Amino acid sequence: MIAGGGANGSGPAAPEPRPGDPGITAELVADHGLSPEEYDKIVGHLGRTPTFTELGVFSAMWSEHCGYKNSKRLLRLLPTEAPWVIQGPGENAGVIDIGGGYALAFKIESHNHPSAVEPYQGAATGIGGILRDVFTMGARPVAVLDSLHFGDLDSSRVRYLFDGVVRGAGDYGNCVGIPNLGGEAYFDRGYEGNPIINVMCLGIMKREQLIRGEAHGEGNTLMAVGARTGRDGIHGATFASEELGEDSDASRPQVQVGDPFTEKLLLEASLELIRSGHIVGIQDMGAAGITSSAAEMAGRSGSGVVIDTALVPVREPGMTPYEILLSESQERMMVVVHRGREDEVRKILNKWELEAAEVGHVTADGRFRILEDGRSVADIPALPLTEGCPTYERAGIEGEEVRALREMDLSPYAGGEGDRTADFLRLLASPNLASRRWIHDQYDTTVRTASVVQPGGDAGVLRVRGTPRGIAVTTDCSGRYTYLEPGTGARIAVAEAARNLACSGALPMAVTNNLNFGNPLKPHIYYQLREAVLGMAEACALFETPVTGGNVSLYNETSGTPIYPTPVIGMVGIIEDLERVTRHAFQAEGDVIVLLGRNTDELGASEYLYAMHGIVGGRPPRVDLLAERVLQQALLAMIGEGLLRSAHDCSEGGLACALAESALHEGEDPVGIHVRLADPLPSTALFFGEAQGRVVVSCDPANLDRVRRLADRYGVPCAEIGTVGAIGGSFVVESADARIEADIGKVSAVYFGALPERMDAQ
Amino acid sequence: MRAVVVTFPGSNCDYDCLQVLRKVMGVDTRFIWHREHELGDPDLVVLPGGFSYGDYLRAGAIARFSPIVEAVKRHAGRGGIVLGICNGFQILCEAGLLPGALRRNESLKFRSHDVHVRVETTDTAFTRAYRPGQVLRIPIAHAEGNYIADPGTLERLEADGRVVFRYTTREGARGEGGNPNGSANDIAGIVNPAGNVLGLMPHPERAAEGVLGSTDGLGMFESLVAHLAHERVA
Repeated sequence: MIAGGGANGSGPAAPEPRPGDPGITAELVADHGLSPEEYDKIVGHLGRTPTFTELGVFSAMWSEHCGYKNSKRLLRLLPTEAPWVIQGPGENAGVIDIGGGYALAFKIESHNHPSAVEPYQGAATGIGGILRDVFTMGARPVAVLDSLHFGDLDSSRVRYLFDGVVRGAGDYGNCVGIPNLGGEAYFDRGYEGNPIINVMCLGIMKREQLIRGEAHGEGNTLMAVGARTGRDGIHGATFASEELGEDSDASRPQVQVGDPFTEKLLLEASLELIRSGHIVGIQDMGAAGITSSAAEMAGRSGSGVVIDTALVPVREPGMTPYEILLSESQERMMVVVHRGREDEVRKILNKWELEAAEVGHVTADGRFRILEDGRSVADIPALPLTEGCPTYERAGIEGEEVRALREMDLSPYAGGEGDRTADFLRLLASPNLASRRWIHDQYDTTVRTASVVQPGGDAGVLRVRGTPRGIAVTTDCSGRYTYLEPGTGARIAVAEAARNLACSGALPMAVTNNLNFGNPLKPHIYYQLREAVLGMAEACALFETPVTGGNVSLYNETSGTPIYPTPVIGMVGIIEDLERVTRHAFQAEGDVIVLLGRNTDELGASEYLYAMHGIVGGRPPRVDLLAERVLQQALLAMIGEGLLRSAHDCSEGGLACALAESALHEGEDPVGIHVRLADPLPSTALFFGEAQGRVVVSCDPANLDRVRRLADRYGVPCAEIGTVGAIGGSFVVESADARIEADIGKVSAVYFGALPERMDAQ
Repeated sequence: MRAVVVTFPGSNCDYDCLQVLRKVMGVDTRFIWHREHELGDPDLVVLPGGFSYGDYLRAGAIARFSPIVEAVKRHAGRGGIVLGICNGFQILCEAGLLPGALRRNESLKFRSHDVHVRVETTDTAFTRAYRPGQVLRIPIAHAEGNYIADPGTLERLEADGRVVFRYTTREGARGEGGNPNGSANDIAGIVNPAGNVLGLMPHPERAAEGVLGSTDGLGMFESLVAHLAHERVA
């Protein structure tokens, strides 16, 4: 055990200022992202002026990234409970019961700021961090997904970012051996300066293997495990809580460097440690490094910790306690070991060629104490660090500019004359609608031999070994909808995620969310945040998909320009019987194509307006959450009775693009279709409008009556709209006054060729 | 019949190989850690895919120094069956049990998707259950699968019928579109002169159960089980 420093005996003695550390000034406080009022609170908690080290610790723990100061009050509005939720928000990851004695841990996290300045490492370390969040719960990671939003691909800078992010996420996940099961990629000028890189991980464990990030048991040993601590990423959490500017490239040293090989060893060693019973708790040293891992573990269990920074293995000599505490070097874990079992733990770590050092122990005094070679450099009550971060409710007012865009007159684009075939082919070549194969060909999608539905469909599906069940997972968010009407955009993100899962035959179970927004101190941004959270809360309650955790990333602005508000939904669902898993692609010639749901005259916020006319405007499509839920229940009933051959969500790009996606099955021959639409609507809205609550299904003609009867019973609109044709046939979609007709081979070439042409042709 | 799957630090297909052998084929299979010096006299040794030592320096270049590789060489020298998949193939080349090397893919990108490979010979312990010329649909997932050897070696491989799998189109034709990585002669898998050591880049263990979309890889495991059962009797 480490000597207690000044804390033994007659109560805590205040740490002396450390020679060489800067004195505390108003400028220094401001540089740490703390307001004068927040600084006064710190002084109040300490009863004295903080040391430089203590200021750094508070700055990290009270940053937006760790302390949720501008979002916490809103987040309390989200539903978080259900009988199947084992672990809700506040842990490293959420956990739900998936039956058969198994539990699913899952979480999404952003790595926006690092990826904006160093895309390869930013994305790679994003994957690394989210894997650690899941395996520190005791679950083996079984899949990752990535939700990516970039500026337009016309910009060479954006192509550089996109290419780097995909390579970085791929190289890291491939090396560790975790399959990528999907996600999304959007391109819109609203993300020009600030790409959004959100990564989600799922892990499976036996229920009893769950472990939490807790440091209890006075005298238990704290061990730093894994990579050494270096000077990289110091104050990354604070960096991630600031706007980017012209000089952000100079922040590159704050971006960490990933080592997936060490991560793989850490993964195996951690799971072995957890199974061994030698440890009490384990936590990733992620954002804010040792500081947050130790403080959060102490905070959750109401205990204290003492750590001597001189005992932490470092990469270079001369590192100060401030640097050691705030470093975000990757692939490090804090492990709380049962006192007396350190050697057993070390034996397991040695097998995996990992370094481990005893750096401190758990105390009962509720204090976060840091020593440097036995001398006190920080002595802070632990609770205010983790729970005392001031939270704010700000003023929120909608921006005038957005209102004007939403109310713009779209009648000039409402159809009439025009070559819809040419429109369709141009639209399908949009990077927002074209095949994502260029991305997922760079990701290992089949390792672990559990991928039942690989990326490219509505949802990824994994088998759960030892059960007949599958897990379906998707991520969703249209930033354009959320920009134009935040509440509607968030409701659609939840509804569409649930629809994606239902299309694969899964019952939606729970959500992890990633709130990516601009600077919340600006009223129009806070308005977006508030409205989006309210919309999400309403939709999650209605779909009975509680939010079990997630991540908040604010200050996504470059030189004052914010991103579109982007509340990404990661949703998981359960397929009771994998025999019933349903895919998006048409299966057999002669099958009937049926539309569930209703076409409407809505063109607002569509990809059609953006790709054809460069317009971001109009009202996003209306979403009737109750009708959505009923539609999905009807769909699941049809799938459950084995009536459907395919099911596909109709979303961006509208009905014409959804039909094309079902006709173009990656790796198989494309099939022709003939569809006739009777709705008396303008052809642009009918073909390309993004009305919600629609699903394109196909079935054997012999089952059509049963499909109809089920739809009737649920009160869901159901229309037979066409038939599946032969391999290599024609793609025909016609209405009363307009027609799309193209050779399916040509449609296929456009759909699969668009992204490679943009990315590889330079 | 008994099989071992060698786990190197960074192996990530070890579990998949174990599952197929144990659960699908019913073979007594266990892991063996790379620091071991003895294999324990198994009938089949599998070097699985993954990123041993992070593929640092060069794929397989560090793993070949692991103590267990000496035991694998002795096993192979006695005519024992060795199967190297993906990173396992790379390690076999680095260890000198198979000729040639695997360079970065021509595209310089990691490639992960189904490919078609043609069974070039069914006269091996690994391919007896297939038909000659049968085209298999099996996933690949690698960044360094571009097989290269000097012209003399390539000639010998071809003349001796040691090219076991070749990338082709779905119809089994060589040429445009079939080869995913630039491999010389469209080579996807080869055996040693004695025919008991096979390395291939595609992952048969990922195509051995219907729920995963293809069972075309199963034939390799069936071939091995049949061959080894026969050997035991003989």
